[in-house]
Amino acid sequence: MKKFFTGLILDNPVFGLFLGICSTLAITINLNNALGMGISVILILIASNVIISAIRKITPDEIRIPVYIVVIATLVKAVELLIKAYAPAIDVALGVFIPLIVVNCIILGRAEAFASKNGILASAWDGFTMGLGYIIGLVAMSLIREILATGIVEMVNPFNDALIFSIRLVPAEFSISMFSQPVGAFLTFAVLAAGVAAVRDKVEAQTKKEAK
Amino acid sequence: MDKLFALFMTAFLINNIILTKFLGMCPFLGVSRQRSSAIGMGLAVIFVILGASIFTYVLYYSVLVPLELEYMDLITFILVIAAFVQFVELVLKKYSPALYKALGIYLPLITTNCVVLYVTLENITNKFDFLEMIVYSIAVPAGFALMLFIFSTIRERLDIATTPKPFRGNALALVLAAIMALAFSGLAGLV
Repeated sequence: MKKFFTGLILDNPVFGLFLGICSTLAITINLNNALGMGISVILILIASNVIISAIRKITPDEIRIPVYIVVIATLVKAVELLIKAYAPAIDVALGVFIPLIVVNCIILGRAEAFASKNGILASAWDGFTMGLGYIIGLVAMSLIREILATGIVEMVNPFNDALIFSIRLVPAEFSISMFSQPVGAFLTFAVLAAGVAAVRDKVEAQTKKEAK
Repeated sequence: MDKLFALFMTAFLINNIILTKFLGMCPFLGVSRQRSSAIGMGLAVIFVILGASIFTYVLYYSVLVPLELEYMDLITFILVIAAFVQFVELVLKKYSPALYKALGIYLPLITTNCVVLYVTLENITNKFDFLEMIVYSIAVPAGFALMLFIFSTIRERLDIATTPKPFRGNALALVLAAIMALAFSGLAGLV
């Protein structure tokens, strides 16, 4: 269990491995977008891992990458059409970043590194943990940016646009609107990545000491 | 002409693909360490995006639209891009070994560069005509190449500077990107 959590934080696909950071930087303006993106990605990741693992024995080795890309692109298109139909607000907010999930390196990376070599159940679990790490990364980024930029944390039901909750944590006079701009995205990401690196260095130094 | 120039400047500088859209971050962080590789990657990206844009644009309007298969855009585009990159690699290898040596190692990386897919999709969503499509497909990767080059020059210096240990590498590059984004936001409203 402890290993599971350290894996989520220290080997976080976003801050530890720098995978899929394009979308992380772009859509983390608020919590709603982050959750919409995160849930789409985790669904696609689990499904693509399962399918690729299921067809791994009949996929010729030479053309495996095009095969993976077709599987992923099909899933992404299906999710895109579903979002357009049932949650148009998310579609408007995320825009071109939904089709761009195809080239999110987390998905192709896990297909190549894990699903192509392991069984269906293990691949589904791998997709789930990796996707969860991605969601944690997105939520952390979006919370910091939203609170600093507007002072409010909000969640809206994407299916009918009803407000679920909205809490003001910082008075409006103290909000820093810069954090909803690209500048804020880069800065927040840099600080979080450095923080994860610092913790990892510490943990590694400790395990080395214990090993001695 | 004015319209095309405005389109070019907007895509090239004001809405710079890296600093405002955050696309192409992986190659941006990966190959911006050295000036020579930044130039090679930049040129390869311009070439591939222009080629892939023309290809997908023609394919979309002459095949997908008449057949009412517009929803297949994502799957066809990504396959065209992957095939095109492979094709360029083969042609370069055979006919221009010198150019292949310069660009070769960057070509496989471009398939997963989100800028390529982004530009081909934007050409369609913005309903560009052929000329606008060409201008846009040059301006966006040119902006990418410019950023890559500016960054590589800064990072070459940073490597020899003393910096806090956890920030070394990608984190510091992102801090730099933040400062650059701040500078470039001053260009907003120019056109």
